[in-house]
Order: sequence, then C-alpha cells, then structure tokens
Amino acid sequence: MTVGDATGNGSTDATELTELIDRALAEREARDGFNKKNKITIVAWDGHLDRIWPTLILSTTAAASGMEVSVFFTFWGLFALVKPEKRMTGKEWMTKALSVLNPGAMKRAKLSRYNFAGMGPWMLGKVAEDYKTPHPTELLEMARDMGVRLIPCQMTMDLMGVKEEDLIDGLEEPIGAATALLEMKESSIQLFI
Amino acid sequence: MSITATTVDARGQSCPGPLVTLHRALKDGGPGDVFELLATDPGSKSDVPSWATLSGNELLEASHEDGVFRYLIRKA
Repeated sequence: MTVGDATGNGSTDATELTELIDRALAEREARDGFNKKNKITIVAWDGHLDRIWPTLILSTTAAASGMEVSVFFTFWGLFALVKPEKRMTGKEWMTKALSVLNPGAMKRAKLSRYNFAGMGPWMLGKVAEDYKTPHPTELLEMARDMGVRLIPCQMTMDLMGVKEEDLIDGLEEPIGAATALLEMKESSIQLFI
Repeated sequence: MSITATTVDARGQSCPGPLVTLHRALKDGGPGDVFELLATDPGSKSDVPSWATLSGNELLEASHEDGVFRYLIRKA
C-alpha cells in the first residue's frame, strides 16, 4: 500500500510511515521519560503516625519488589527521624519550644485525628500488634536494612536547629530541594505524604 | 516432575510482612530457585502477583487451603 504525501508529490510506503510514527513515539518517550528508573521517591512531609506508617509500608514493599526507594523527610516528617532518647532539639527558644510541643521520634508520633491524648496511637498500636502489622518504629529499621535511602531535608534541619547527631543512624547525607526534585524526576513514582 | 522449593513461612504476618520475609529469603537463593511462600494474610492474594510483576520474579502457582495461601515463586 502507498500513501501520497501532503504536497501530492511522491508517495510514502506504509512501512516507512509506521517507522516514522515509531520513531516519533520513541523520541517522545525519551523526552518525557527522563531516564526514569525503576524507582519510587516519597516526600515525607507530615510526621503523624497515620502518614508515616503508609509511607514506610510502601517503602519496604517497593524495596522488597526490587525497586530503588528514596524517602525525603522534610518539615514535620523530619521529626520522625529524631533519636528516641532525644527529648529536645532546636537552636534558640522558639525552635526549642516547638520541639517540646513536637518532640519527634517515631515511637512518640501522634495520630492526625482521634489522638485522644495518646489513647488513639496506643489503641492503634495494640490492634496492629495483634494483627502482626509491624509498627513504624520497626518498619523504619526494616526499611534501612533493605537499602531504602532515608534522606533528611537540610533546610528543615537548619530552620529547626536539628543537628545530624539528633537523628537516628544510617541516614543519607541531608539534601536540598533541587536534589529532592532530581530524585523525584528520575523516579517512575513520586508521592507526597 | 517434582520441584524442590525452599519454604518461606509468613503465616500470621500481615502487610508488608510476607513480602519482606519473601524478599529476604530470595536474597539467599540463586536465579531459577523455587520458593514456596505460605501466608495467612488475605491481602497476599493480590499482593503476591503484583510483587511478581514489579520484581520480575515468576509466580508459578497460587492456591488456597484452610485459610493458608500458598505461592510457588521462581527467582529471576
């Protein structure tokens, strides 16, 4: 089969046409795909138990599926990485006061709703234990062991006066927004939780 | 034909337990090795096939008996 071109001059073979379309599609994929890897990047912005929990379930499951995983901990999310024995972080009275109100560490994380002065998280933890769903504290360790890259946000650390020694071991070097964007850009899945 | 499979017991565990346990067990095996995963988590019904698609490992067989899900997986 031959198809005439728009100018009416000459003709284009159907196989040539298919090749043209294939090439255009491949070019578009290369452009939009930006070398996307089998990778997931999650921005952990919220430090509440009921947000960090699914973040860590997805991270460990992705790692178990052979995906590369990066979790970028920013703003309230960063406090999930604070060492459990740390009661206070911060550099002056304001960030210190904020850290007392929001002491951080996964085991002290509150629920975003139905917290009831700690009754909510306790009940949820109890139910999860009965159903053998690992607690986020445990999931965080599992994630680290499985090679999930746990990345603190440099800007949040500076702003809130959180030092590297305030955070748990085994974390990646802190990064900024541009590097976080690069992590997201090369991932086939990006989530903001 | 009989296949020798390494049994991975994830009974009693729930999401993401069985997949993490399976992943750990697979690390000790070589390509082509067959693993038998036992789980009681009903979520594994959809999650194990999805995991196979994501990870590139082959799900050979899935069955269910007396509340126990059994999966045969060949490591890629």
